[in-house]
Amino acid sequence: MSTAIEEPRKAEARPEGSQGYFGRAMKRVEDPRLLKGIATYVDDLKLPSMLHAEFLRSPHAHAKIQSINTDRAKKLRGVVSVFTGADVNGKLGTVPCATPLPGGKSPDHKPLADGRTYFVGHPVAVVVAESRAIARDALDLIEVDYDPLPAVIDPEKALEKDSPLTHPELGTNVAFTWSLPGGDVESAFKEADKVLKVRMIHPRLTPMALEPRGCVASWHAGDSALTLWTSTQIPHLVRTLLPGLIRIPENKLRVVAPEVGGGFGSKLNLYAEEVVISHLAIHLNRPIKWIEGRRENAAATIHGRDQIGDHEIAVRNDGTVLAIRCKAIADVGSYRQLLTPAIPTLTGIMLCGCYKLKAAQMEVTGVHTNKMSTDAYRGAGRPEAAYIIERVMDLVANELGLDPVQVRLRNMPEPTEFPFQTATGLQYDSGNYQAAFDKARQLADWPKLLEERDAARKAGRLFGIGLSTYVEICALGPSKTMAAGGWEWGCVRMEISGKVTVITGATPHGQGQETSFAQIAADRLGLPIEDIVVLRGDTASAHFGRDTYGSRATALGGTAIVMSIDKIIEKAKTLAAALLKSTPEKIEFKDGKFFVSGEGKNALGWSQLASEAYVAKNLPPGFEPGLEASSFFEPPNCTFPFGTHVVAVEVDRDTGQVKILKYIAVDDCGKQVNPLLVEGQVQGGIAQSIGAALMEKTVYDENGQLLTGEFMDYAIPRATDIPDYVLGSTETPSPSNPLGVKGVGEAGTIGATPAIANAVIDALSPFGVRHLDLPFTPERVWRAIQGKGGAL
Amino acid sequence: MIPAAFDYARPATLDEALALLAKHGEDAKVLAGGHSLIPAMKLRLSQPKVVVDIGRIDELRSISKRDGKIAVGALTTHYEIESSDLLRLACPLLPEVAGKIGDVQVRNKGTIGGSCVHADPAGDWPAAMLALDAEFVVAGPHGSRTVAAKDFFVDMLTSAIKPDEILRLIYVPVTTKTTAYVKFAQKASGFAIAGVATVVDRARKDVAIALTGVATKAYRAADVESSLRGSDLSAAAIATATQKAANGVDPLSDIHASAEFRAHLARVLAKRALELANSRG
Repeated sequence: MSTAIEEPRKAEARPEGSQGYFGRAMKRVEDPRLLKGIATYVDDLKLPSMLHAEFLRSPHAHAKIQSINTDRAKKLRGVVSVFTGADVNGKLGTVPCATPLPGGKSPDHKPLADGRTYFVGHPVAVVVAESRAIARDALDLIEVDYDPLPAVIDPEKALEKDSPLTHPELGTNVAFTWSLPGGDVESAFKEADKVLKVRMIHPRLTPMALEPRGCVASWHAGDSALTLWTSTQIPHLVRTLLPGLIRIPENKLRVVAPEVGGGFGSKLNLYAEEVVISHLAIHLNRPIKWIEGRRENAAATIHGRDQIGDHEIAVRNDGTVLAIRCKAIADVGSYRQLLTPAIPTLTGIMLCGCYKLKAAQMEVTGVHTNKMSTDAYRGAGRPEAAYIIERVMDLVANELGLDPVQVRLRNMPEPTEFPFQTATGLQYDSGNYQAAFDKARQLADWPKLLEERDAARKAGRLFGIGLSTYVEICALGPSKTMAAGGWEWGCVRMEISGKVTVITGATPHGQGQETSFAQIAADRLGLPIEDIVVLRGDTASAHFGRDTYGSRATALGGTAIVMSIDKIIEKAKTLAAALLKSTPEKIEFKDGKFFVSGEGKNALGWSQLASEAYVAKNLPPGFEPGLEASSFFEPPNCTFPFGTHVVAVEVDRDTGQVKILKYIAVDDCGKQVNPLLVEGQVQGGIAQSIGAALMEKTVYDENGQLLTGEFMDYAIPRATDIPDYVLGSTETPSPSNPLGVKGVGEAGTIGATPAIANAVIDALSPFGVRHLDLPFTPERVWRAIQGKGGAL
Repeated sequence: MIPAAFDYARPATLDEALALLAKHGEDAKVLAGGHSLIPAMKLRLSQPKVVVDIGRIDELRSISKRDGKIAVGALTTHYEIESSDLLRLACPLLPEVAGKIGDVQVRNKGTIGGSCVHADPAGDWPAAMLALDAEFVVAGPHGSRTVAAKDFFVDMLTSAIKPDEILRLIYVPVTTKTTAYVKFAQKASGFAIAGVATVVDRARKDVAIALTGVATKAYRAADVESSLRGSDLSAAAIATATQKAANGVDPLSDIHASAEFRAHLARVLAKRALELANSRG
């Protein structure tokens, strides 16, 4: 997808009313400020008389706190105060989980440790001081007498009868159970010629956003109002959730997400630290800043994945996959964070992938362990589903001696079968899986790739080819399926000068909506893109919103903007009719001009109409001044982007190192507002997926110490690990929104890991390797070649 | 990631620096490129009372030929070594090692002396120093002394340098082109899980081969060397000899590589290093 790229807001002569921004590859208007270092992140904020906070964190995975002595710390010059759970927990609500599930027990999540610590990194106390350095020095002066207790680390052992308990007072390590019947599994298995069994492990991953978390809270005593700047994906959800916890009314809280340096789901949460800092800013009546360190980020910001699944697959000898039955364990960690239990349910509903399974059953047991909580990490349950079904397709082909291409084609629904009803109860909105599948293989020059593999194998090289198709669920989602509103809000304000301010509730945190939403608005209004400003991330201006996660912003937030523009156009027609001495029905709107049908000469532009609407001297009777509209878009369904990824790898038989030789991806995210942003999302997603496939794994030792707590030990891919991608796309518009868009933020992380896995396992097939768990680190691959198990 | 409070001194000469070390003893730490000390201080694993920054002592930063040997000042950065024309011709092993350390930012600040004195078991330099039989000239309160490479790397994170001493320069011999450094890097940190430096002397039918990353300290693979002494260095001879690359050592084991895998990599990389050096003749 090599696209001509346009500069943002270039002063090129673009006459007013020019159309066609939608679909153009344009550089982001956000980039200059980010590249010049003049953007404002939380840590750039400096308020008068601002204090700094540092948290003391548990060095033990599980311990009883016998005593805490903060006297020495409080006496350090420059320390304002030190607070423990005993000081603040009684005044605060508990950290929320929006998606609880029955079947087990979970503890109240007090903001600071309450007599016990449940994971390494658990906040035990907080120091507030005149500088960050003083606060850090004071941490060393707090004396905590810990009585270490047995830690629960392995989620499978946690289910054994004699296991120690993560939370002894609950009497169980089971946090929840969830099951998805998913059709008539029994009869599908009766129909089967063969039943395959396989265990798959999805390792725990650390999101490692470039910017760790952080917040600044400022109490305006005169107004009894709090402003919280926080590095979050969800300022609006924070504003919904936080007031009750810190006991202030919702309309006395303003939440601002300034520039956010990456989230990947890790900032789709309300964290204990945000609650404590907000409370203390009120209590001390001074602004307080807290900035998370990298090691804190690795230990105390949510982790992702961490599922173990035992899968049974019913197949016919012709390669038809009839049904899948999964029994999974999800490692919850110590507490349920905002969406923790929901993540494995996304795996369940997406189990069918791009295929016509008759039945797909999943049973999940969520297990508490003395580790950091797991929650949404880019893809959130969907990479697990794509991985399972795409590994299954290769296993079926391998077992039956069939071509993996043919097995996939045999099981795909035809384009005419959409909207397609899955066994898991979803309705896939639109799709043409064969088109993307064919295009990817064309771009990969599939027959030549097979020849290359044959030649390489003859020469004794370990060469593998992997395929994966994927479908994901995006634009989450109708409100009836969500914990608290699946709509999105947008506002469009025609200013008195004819400039336009667009305000979105779908708060971006790096996706580029200041550009793509301006493209949408400029086209719809018939104005140059230079006239549009997109505001985001501040609940004082974006009055409503459900923010950005699950690749929802463009489909939902973009549509809310379109709806608002259409309202303004309708209103402007009434005004134009009065000014042109006609009637609204006779007014046409085209290329930014309003005119009486057939009388284009006397057209009125936006600037004239805006001026009239606000100066308000010539308004028709009953016409309300102003040109401004806001809208809530409630989607009828989610969207279901899809695609195919093809990978060729070579394995070094002596060292086990995997090298990606070729990477081809064809993604279909429906209509593309800005192909450059689409490509950026796909590239970044694949890069993160390469990390998951080849190097990333969060490791705790048997005592619950985090061994991958910094970049010296947690590997993430670097530029030199990324191959040249060949990217393509197909376009199957979504019927779920008027823009026809689907979402692309997570596509790369969902489609890429199984393709790489299939390629590596294909490369190892000469050694009889049928399945291997992620990540394919050199030692793990070498051991597979040697026929040995083990390795981290 | 904020260090504990410390005093900072920036002496202009080596004598001043030595005087500061004599005065503060174990409370002082020498700062060169800072790539090991500063992270340790930020984690408060190291809390020196005084940091003696020797970064402005220019006499420690040089690459020159002296008495038929090459003298590399302790403060010479990895990048200066990587890009040195003199070394490229006279001791090409050093630029080859330097180019495989960390990334450009690390190589621009990190120094060969700091890395050797720190004696990280996964550092790249110790393998080359051992293979080259380098000599370390150490300045102390009572004058200079010279330490052979085999005596310099004492144990994990322990070199022969005493708290009141400063490494001044390192002597390495002029070599032919038949040298090589082959490294298998730990994915996250870039440090060596195994790194093999070798110097092949085809005229004398002799090889020196040293490994880093595998054990608590870098070592010469004596069994490999004795197997190849006087041999024709054929592929078969190298393959047989390098099976002994981990003989007599107790390999490290961690989340990045088990002891078994480290020992295996030692053998694989020893073979590759010797083949590569041999091919350069």
